[in-house]
Amino acid sequence: MNAYMICFWAILKREVLRFFQQRSRLLSALVRPLLWLIVFAAGFRSALGVSIMPPYESYILYQEYIVPGLCAMIILFNSMQTSLSMVYDREMGSMKILFMSPIPKSFLLLCKLIAAACLSLLQVVIFLLLANIVDVEIPWWGFIYAIPSVFLSAFFLGALGLILSNFIKQLENFAGVMNFVIFPMFFLSSALYPLWKIQESSLWLYWICQYNPFTYCVEMIRFALYGQFNIQASSVVLGCVLVCGFVAVGTFKPKK
Amino acid sequence: MSITITDVTYRFKAKPVLSDINLSLQPGFNVLLGPNGAGKSTLLSLLTGQRTIQQGKITFADDDIRHDTRSIMAQLGVVFQQTTLDLDLTVLQNLTYFGALHGLSAATVLNRITPVLTQLALIDRLQDKVRSLNEGHRRRVEIARCMIHLPQYLLLDEATVGLDVDSRKLIIEHIRALATAQHLTVLWTTHLMDEVLEDDPLFILNQGKLIEHGVCHTLLAKHQQSSVFDLYRTLTQPQGLL
Repeated sequence: MNAYMICFWAILKREVLRFFQQRSRLLSALVRPLLWLIVFAAGFRSALGVSIMPPYESYILYQEYIVPGLCAMIILFNSMQTSLSMVYDREMGSMKILFMSPIPKSFLLLCKLIAAACLSLLQVVIFLLLANIVDVEIPWWGFIYAIPSVFLSAFFLGALGLILSNFIKQLENFAGVMNFVIFPMFFLSSALYPLWKIQESSLWLYWICQYNPFTYCVEMIRFALYGQFNIQASSVVLGCVLVCGFVAVGTFKPKK
Repeated sequence: MSITITDVTYRFKAKPVLSDINLSLQPGFNVLLGPNGAGKSTLLSLLTGQRTIQQGKITFADDDIRHDTRSIMAQLGVVFQQTTLDLDLTVLQNLTYFGALHGLSAATVLNRITPVLTQLALIDRLQDKVRSLNEGHRRRVEIARCMIHLPQYLLLDEATVGLDVDSRKLIIEHIRALATAQHLTVLWTTHLMDEVLEDDPLFILNQGKLIEHGVCHTLLAKHQQSSVFDLYRTLTQPQGLL
């Protein structure tokens, strides 16, 4: 194995080890979307009917509608927690060790992003398996189709998190990220309600959702889960991956 | 394999932290002495590429830190003032992770560190989480870690501060032996006078300026002082406090 592969596997292994050692993180990563699915969706099931719309071929239950949005929520939270772990590494000094490597910084950051994306993928797969238990029927081949979409979304949101970590000086600032990044991104998207419903109630809100790249992550995953390819959503997410990837790697500050 | 620092000035928000530093470190054990806030850690962060040089030049043999960073990093072992180990990983996981960042397989790492860890009395703690180790043991792990990639240069920033006498003695003797046996260029920064021997090349930094340098016993004779402590006090404290 060459030096770059050894380095990649080591970074991936470290992130996975750390993830499984932080049991509360693992638990909350699964409990959070399940609460939304079981409690929130059940409550709103009668109030929010969803008519036939692509990629669905018949009327669906609200629970089924929000599953792709919840997958994207898992990715969003994991990506932002990765940015938090960057801040932690910077505060604890581990970041110094990472950048004492003779391997290029851009490659090291790329490895970090891929590792975070793999963790997101793992959490989404576990969530989808649990969702099947509570009667949300996702076709088994949807899991396979969704892998690239989940990975691409995770890479984009991870890169966004990396950019944000430049502006977070202390771990305590994570509450700010929750209020100003995670919640607006999640609620101002098609994760919980279809865009046409939002358009009916507020046009300006609809336009905000249209310009929110998270909406396209949700839609890309939604179509992929039913074996379809949404070219518009995929193009937007791919564009975001490239822009945020370059900005994240180019502007990352290992030291505050 | 020398380290040369030429006309280095570093400012933080317009305030000079280092001013016109010129020094050359030769293979062997070099001591950088200075009070807290003298600029020792800033100088170390410039030497390790953690901060970008604003003015002046730093070279490792013929490699310039600004242009040949990767080749320098491959030859540089560092122990930072703040512990940089991952507390949730085991000693072995920390060491193999570091080795991998230098492109070394776990087997190579284990091969190289076994004698070092035996020497540092850590071989039985390989599978222990770093969180369960005391400060002295954590430092020993960091010392072992900085040697994994067989560096030519070692930079240690106050590596023994806060440790008990036995741990300090073990670590400093280990580094001195390494410097001699492997012809390493070692920069040992400290503010603990008892770590300096009479034959050590000594560099004294105060308020961002290199105020004196030379072999310790020569400096003692030059300033007519009987101990490193007196020499240090004479050079670094304002006259009114003496």
